[in-house]
Amino acid sequence: MYSTNYHRASSLKDAQALFKKAGDGKFVSGGQTLLPTMKQRLAAPSDLIDLRHVKDLKGIKVSGKKVTIGAATTHAEVATNDKIVKVCPAICSLASHIGDPAVRHMGTIGGSIANNDPAADYPAAMMALGATIHTNKRQIAADKFFKGMFETALKDGEIITAVEFSAPKKAAYSKYPNPASRYAMCGVFVADHGKGDVRVAVTGAGNDGVFRHKAMEKALAADWSPEAVASAKVNEGDMLSDIHGNEAYRANLVRVMAKRAVAAAG
Amino acid sequence: MNDMTQTDLGPIAKSVLRREDQRFLTGVGMYTDDVALPGQTYGVFLRSPHAHARIVAIDTAEAAKAPGVIRIFTGADLAEAKVGGLPCGWLIHSKDGSPMKEPPHPVLAQGKVRHVGDQVALVVAESVLQAKDAAELIVVDYEELPAVIEAVDALKPGAPQVHDNAPGNLIYDWEIGDGKAADAAIKKAAHVTRMQIHNNRLIPNAMEPRAALGVYDAAEDHFTCWTTSQNPHVARLVMSAFYNVAPEHKLRVIAPDVGGGFGSKIYIYPEEICCLWASKRAGVPVKWVADRTESFLADAHGRDHVTTVEMAFDKDNKITGLKVDTIANLGAYMSLFSSSVPTYLYATLLSGQYNIANIHCNVRTVYTNTAPVDAYRGAGRPEATYVVERMMETAARELGMSPAELRRKNFVKSFPHQTPVIMCYDAGDYNATLDAALKAADYDGFAKRKSAAAKKGKLRGMGLSCYIEACGIAPSAAVGSLGAGVGLWESAEVRVNPVGTVEILTGSHSHGQGHETTFTQLVSERFGLPTDNVQIIHGDTDKVQFGMGTYGSRSGAVGMSAIVKALDKVEGKAKKIAAHLLEADEGDIVIENGEVKVAGTDKKLGWHEVCLAAYTGHNLPAGMEPGLKEGAFYDPTNFTFPAGTYVCEVEVDPETGKTEVIQFVAADDFGTIINPMIVEGQVHGGITQGLGQALLENAVYDDNGQLLTASYMDYAMPRADDVPSYKLSTHETVCPGNPLGMKGCGEAGAIGSPPALINAITDAIGNNALAMPATPARVWAAING
Repeated sequence: MYSTNYHRASSLKDAQALFKKAGDGKFVSGGQTLLPTMKQRLAAPSDLIDLRHVKDLKGIKVSGKKVTIGAATTHAEVATNDKIVKVCPAICSLASHIGDPAVRHMGTIGGSIANNDPAADYPAAMMALGATIHTNKRQIAADKFFKGMFETALKDGEIITAVEFSAPKKAAYSKYPNPASRYAMCGVFVADHGKGDVRVAVTGAGNDGVFRHKAMEKALAADWSPEAVASAKVNEGDMLSDIHGNEAYRANLVRVMAKRAVAAAG
Repeated sequence: MNDMTQTDLGPIAKSVLRREDQRFLTGVGMYTDDVALPGQTYGVFLRSPHAHARIVAIDTAEAAKAPGVIRIFTGADLAEAKVGGLPCGWLIHSKDGSPMKEPPHPVLAQGKVRHVGDQVALVVAESVLQAKDAAELIVVDYEELPAVIEAVDALKPGAPQVHDNAPGNLIYDWEIGDGKAADAAIKKAAHVTRMQIHNNRLIPNAMEPRAALGVYDAAEDHFTCWTTSQNPHVARLVMSAFYNVAPEHKLRVIAPDVGGGFGSKIYIYPEEICCLWASKRAGVPVKWVADRTESFLADAHGRDHVTTVEMAFDKDNKITGLKVDTIANLGAYMSLFSSSVPTYLYATLLSGQYNIANIHCNVRTVYTNTAPVDAYRGAGRPEATYVVERMMETAARELGMSPAELRRKNFVKSFPHQTPVIMCYDAGDYNATLDAALKAADYDGFAKRKSAAAKKGKLRGMGLSCYIEACGIAPSAAVGSLGAGVGLWESAEVRVNPVGTVEILTGSHSHGQGHETTFTQLVSERFGLPTDNVQIIHGDTDKVQFGMGTYGSRSGAVGMSAIVKALDKVEGKAKKIAAHLLEADEGDIVIENGEVKVAGTDKKLGWHEVCLAAYTGHNLPAGMEPGLKEGAFYDPTNFTFPAGTYVCEVEVDPETGKTEVIQFVAADDFGTIINPMIVEGQVHGGITQGLGQALLENAVYDDNGQLLTASYMDYAMPRADDVPSYKLSTHETVCPGNPLGMKGCGEAGAIGSPPALINAITDAIGNNALAMPATPARVWAAING
């Protein structure tokens, strides 16, 4: 790691001020991707501005169907939250399977979606849940937020403050882990919001990050059953290919994980 | 069962808890990186980013001015100081009589780099970070050259040349056995099974990365090298003999606690010699500790064979011949023992547990632009076992015979058994381990379980592996005649102190094996002493007499045999002293429970009293020298031959290709066992490493020679949830070749398990065309292809 200046932001305002002052500053909220990258000298921000201790970014609120999760909430906190589990157990289950216990106690939901790793779990949940991403500047629909591999709608210096979604009627996330990294080789989040509003989001498998599978959504809206997605067409040309699996294998995993997610959602 | 020549040891087979674990588990072990010396500096190696390139120029001027930098060394400095290159310690001759092509292996690159990670310069600075920063300022002008990665490609006409004086990249073209006889057997055969087999390249991944700390003492003109070595004396010998840095008597090598080796820490690498040399040049101690990426790039890799094999059967399904043609990838340079692995450690085991009259094996080894390849847990024997046991299972399927019965029909049943490929099996009972494994696995109930699994949509399969391996490579005269540059004996010294406590100085080196416990058990039982009264000393050339170190599962069969020999001498002298003091006949003296007694009488002395008498010298038998300290060198008469049967049952999810290992049964014959718990641990670790090779691990380079699996993000190591709870049992036939009757257990699991796993998966999916590692993607493709 190159030397860097660490700042613990005390408030959103403080975080913004620190960012402005920094030459090449970077927000960090758990750092489970950023810090290993820095250790390998592949990233070298002059300043790290830690958002994890900003009060306004923490906490979980559930009122009726509406769930709001502060950006600096750790995966472990989401996984074990007794209010969310009552309305949307799928996201608790997803959080409980991110990384390992150390990662889950450091990593945060805001950090994860701001990074938008193509194999991260949360982006699929945000898209399938139709979540709204709150920042210090605006509110962005998840569909517009995730722009491709490691790319989001966030502008320079913009900070995610919370995510908000309405709990679906039913939902589930099914993940096939990469044998080495245990990141998602393919993760499919399905959510039935009622009245024919079905969303299917896929992470890990696509060659440009998380995406919604519209054909599957249509099929499930007409017939919410594993069979409805079992033979859905997944365009191999849109899939990633690497030493762990080629396009055909990943396209297959998209179908299989979708099927299993629907079955798990019941 | 063979006649036993076992010393009467009493009941030593006890699962005594590992005494070394106290310090390991409480974090107070002393590893090389824990050593902190006054004035210590830090070395960082600049490594090649290219697989193959000419070095046009190196400019270190900017880097030398960077903060904290003490010195920067390049190949030119080493050449000027006439520091020698790294040797290969086993000379193999091609079948035409010519010696293997061994071009220089420079400590720092001389004019050319030949693999990604090849070391180009050493930066010595006051801190690691300063050294890293400075290394980035070194400007190397590379002229990139085409690279060759795969062994098969390296032999093709027009392939890029890795070394100028190894034409066609061929290191040697070697053979063993009778080719004509094997051909004739295949021609006459009622059935011939043929396969192409790839044994995947692995990266050792010891928990502790390699490290070295070079120290020069100008007052004494003396060097010390702390290093992560499995064999510190061999390290000292090689360093002094080949590098022109420090003569043997002015070099101390200390291998303190070492966190795993699996073979990768046998070899002398460029880094330790560089740190040692630099410590004199820079006038400060120089420490280097590999980061994990360096371990991936620059530790010697393992395996990487491509093999074509034919096995001939007569009409009674007896094997009549075996013909094997292997191309082995040895990487960019020869490593210390790399030449021996695909030859004498591989082809000599191709008879497996079977009576095969005609065997021929041809091996071509090649240079490629990849990391050097050398011995890795099992070393040649996993490759041989994989060939033989994949063939047996495949042949059984082709012949419509039970895989167990085909093996049983062909087992060697009488001993000693001379194979056509050098080895003479001394003792074994292959039916016993096969029967035990089949029973433990409920082999007969498999069909029922398979149909139950099918109802759940899962594909169940079962696979066998009846492995044999050779440990305790020896005797020295034999390995010398086959080209080894060293002998393969072991040494021990037993120092009994005046108060009766005992220090064992052993040439073996423990880096996870638990020697401090098992060796202590041996001594404690022998004299009836509390284990606390026994100390095991190893890993320091200034303390311990020359020894050969630990690899090839040799520390029991060879290392402990040396201790037994020295203990015999100590016991003999103690008895003489006691007989003199007790005015009894020497033959009537017995030592038990810490007492030295005259049998059949109440006359006795405490063990400590005899020991003290030896050191006061007040009243010793006439002419006897004072003291109680004896040494021994033990050179075995033969290899030892652990063997056993592994049965694996898997369930494959046809939708994802994911394999779940439902059960894994191991029935092993390791000869005499000292500590069953430690043996179980070795088998657990070995099977898990074999499972890693079969299902997960793979070193992958792209076409340009970049290592794609250079971190745990892409190199899949086995984890706890990848493995089942193993069902183990042992079935001893005593090894007649050493006083304890031991065979060795360190590598068996890694040797025997891969074919059992792949046989099980191919059985489950009904497609035999499946290469290791059987990743979910590959299995899925095999199901759907």
